[in-house]
Amino acid sequence: MDVTVKLKVNGEERSVTTDPQRKLLDVLREDLHLTGTKYGCGEGRCGACLVLLDGKKAFSCLVPVTAADKKSVTTIEGLAGSDALHPVQEAFLEEGAMQCGYCTPGMIISAVALLKEKPNPTDEEIVAGMNSNLCRCNGYVKIKNAVHRAAEKSRR
Amino acid sequence: MEKEIKNALADASTPLAQPDQFALSRRAFLQVLGSGLLITATETAVQAQGRGAAAEGRLAARLYLNEDGTITALSGKVEEGQGPRTELAQAAAEELRVSIQRVQMIMADTDLVPDDGITAGSRTTPSNVPAMRQAAATARELLTQYAAAQWKVDAATLEVQDGLITNKSNNQTMSYADLAKSKEVVAAFAAKVRPDVALTPAREWKSLGRPVLKIGGRDAVTGKHQYPSDIVRPNMLYGKVLRTPAYGATLKSIDVSAARKMKDVVVIHEGDFVGFAAPSSHRASQAVVAVAKTASWKPGARRVSHRNVHAYLKKHADRSRVRENVIGSVEKGFTEASKTLSQTYTLAYVQHAPMEPRAAVAEWNDGKVTVWAGCDGPFRARRDVAQACGVSEEQVRIIIPDMGGGFGGKHSAEAAVEAARMAKAAGRPVSVRWTRAEEFTWAYCRPAAVIECKGGLNGANSLVAWDFTNINAGAAAIATPYEVPNIRTASVGSDTPVPQGSYRVLAATGNNFARECFMDELAAAAGVDPLDFRRAHLRNPRLRTVLEAAAWRFDWSSRIKKVTPELGVGLACGTEKNSCVAACVEVAVDRKSGEIKVRDVCEVFECGPILNPPNLLSQVHGCIIMGLGGALTEEIEFENGKILNPNFTAYRVPRFRDVPKIDVQLINKTDIPSAGGGETPIIAVAPAIGNAIFAATGVRIRSMPMRGEMLRRT
Repeated sequence: MDVTVKLKVNGEERSVTTDPQRKLLDVLREDLHLTGTKYGCGEGRCGACLVLLDGKKAFSCLVPVTAADKKSVTTIEGLAGSDALHPVQEAFLEEGAMQCGYCTPGMIISAVALLKEKPNPTDEEIVAGMNSNLCRCNGYVKIKNAVHRAAEKSRR
Repeated sequence: MEKEIKNALADASTPLAQPDQFALSRRAFLQVLGSGLLITATETAVQAQGRGAAAEGRLAARLYLNEDGTITALSGKVEEGQGPRTELAQAAAEELRVSIQRVQMIMADTDLVPDDGITAGSRTTPSNVPAMRQAAATARELLTQYAAAQWKVDAATLEVQDGLITNKSNNQTMSYADLAKSKEVVAAFAAKVRPDVALTPAREWKSLGRPVLKIGGRDAVTGKHQYPSDIVRPNMLYGKVLRTPAYGATLKSIDVSAARKMKDVVVIHEGDFVGFAAPSSHRASQAVVAVAKTASWKPGARRVSHRNVHAYLKKHADRSRVRENVIGSVEKGFTEASKTLSQTYTLAYVQHAPMEPRAAVAEWNDGKVTVWAGCDGPFRARRDVAQACGVSEEQVRIIIPDMGGGFGGKHSAEAAVEAARMAKAAGRPVSVRWTRAEEFTWAYCRPAAVIECKGGLNGANSLVAWDFTNINAGAAAIATPYEVPNIRTASVGSDTPVPQGSYRVLAATGNNFARECFMDELAAAAGVDPLDFRRAHLRNPRLRTVLEAAAWRFDWSSRIKKVTPELGVGLACGTEKNSCVAACVEVAVDRKSGEIKVRDVCEVFECGPILNPPNLLSQVHGCIIMGLGGALTEEIEFENGKILNPNFTAYRVPRFRDVPKIDVQLINKTDIPSAGGGETPIIAVAPAIGNAIFAATGVRIRSMPMRGEMLRRT
């Protein structure tokens, strides 16, 4: 039996009537066509699907869409205004911290969540905060530099 | 020596070009497409020259001059994170003497681009970049000659800079934008690319060799870029395919009626192919579950597991499929040897595990199908889709959007074929996106191997005989780079129980692992330092340079002498695909817990003139970290045709926590042609680790991955 779920996605009220068993990731991608959030593993082990759920990072591939009811969801598309970039996005771009870029949205969401908690993270804190994000290309070194750069930007 | 090495080490950390430039170029690109100019132009070119312009090497197949002065460059190569889009744009910009912002690349669209084969083997840099440069240089000559004819001057007196041809004697100018409006110029692009055209020497490069950020980077950080799995078409359905329970199994019977009763589900049942398309992937998966239990299968898998696969491969070694190379006589060599050593090394099956699993969207219109697919052989995919759907290749258009990784694992186009079949039957566009479990199970693996090594030393501790056989994995980098008078190498085929295929640098990883570890075993037998033992047998000057440079950077001579319990250093080197690499590593081992921690990696790499330093650095980082996975943790576990660890929990790939301190030095050697750099840097990682583990523990692990429990057992 379908249910109706109300989500505030990137600041916009959205209502979706759907099978309650579906995951938030599928609803974002297939119903709302917000394809910036990626599928990578379906088990919360790669971080490609990360979104901010009421401001906290969440693996959208694991979250049943009903668990997001009446909550705010921020995807990579909603991090900054239409033509602007979030400082973390800027930092990734400036560091060249992506190769294929498929993990990048999840990495950026993860970094945004980390910097909220720890505005000036050490190397160890970045590793601990980002360890659930996988990159295969492999940009870990430059991604770590990008997180440091983003922290620096926010300090300015 | 120290000074020479310092001079040879290129600095890859030069400030980057402004990222904003690509936002502009992206808009310009859309304008070009939006105006319809490009499509018209391409069709005109094709009509003017007939089909096969590309095969005939005509300029218009590669380049088009747009009326706004920008250039559209065409390539059949695929961007999957390794950087060809940027590199090829740099190549066109270089020879046309324009800034890279004025070049738009169109890649891997079978209706628009030449067939450049699959994207593999580090071939883009040595083959496609020169081809693009030849086309661009030919175009620049044509344009200059046209201007010279108009002005009735000698073309050699004209200067070309930033898309402007200038007659210095009177400051008369003609821009590429002006030229694009000339019918004569457009017609001139039907000329063939001149293979003998003069190319700009590396020392004079202004676009190539400079640090350039990834084209499309902005769309990656905003989530706007549409990967194959992100393509959405109007009225599109999501497809799922019923998979066999194990390799080799075939469908005897199935009852799909339960799925037929499901609302909005389209059932596609054609022979062995059973697929379901529905408005959501969840619904399509439910249909699979609903009928799966009614399926009856005829098993066909070989009864073998990852635990005994090496004995299996050896038993099934097909000595009729041998590629052998012989220098001198190994039999004679071994009789001269005073010490002989034999060892067997093994290699597990591994998966490429790109972040984006296979995906494709297919849409049929008037008997023709367009497929947006994530694979690295667009023309091969076109053939496969045409065959599977019973149409001609002209009725199939394959477009490969820049995709989420491949590493040699996406030569095949299964998802494209599945999407095309289902879309045809459904009469609506269908998106097929493999799950991680499907990618782990149904994508082909890197081959496992059994590698037999035998070496003979004479009284002076010189290698006099070398016998090396790889069973199942192949011959890449099987030749030893060391000077030995008597050599036999052989690559022997076997019967693989799981699907296998390409991988980053093919069998070179395994062959280098066995050879470089075995070299250390021989050095130990000879009582010689591993670096000195290699030096004594190494003449290849490029390989010597990277080896010496790595040892110097790492401070090998003093670190090898330090004795710290459970800490060891190791080195390895190798050459493949016309590039050279050496690595020194430090490893910490906890024999009780079995933890092996790589703490420090210093790698020096040389692949001729560097085309884009930050991109090459990323590729080398990628090889080193991917190399850690194959060296220490990655192994596909299987039993009787079933994959036992098809997920990122059980199949351990490197994470942030696994990254050691990494020091990469790139040598910019400008007096030879550029070679590709996305593969070879992986080959030195595993053997250097193996050698360091031995230094730390005295235990020699002869299998990849080298797991900590192997230390506990000894």
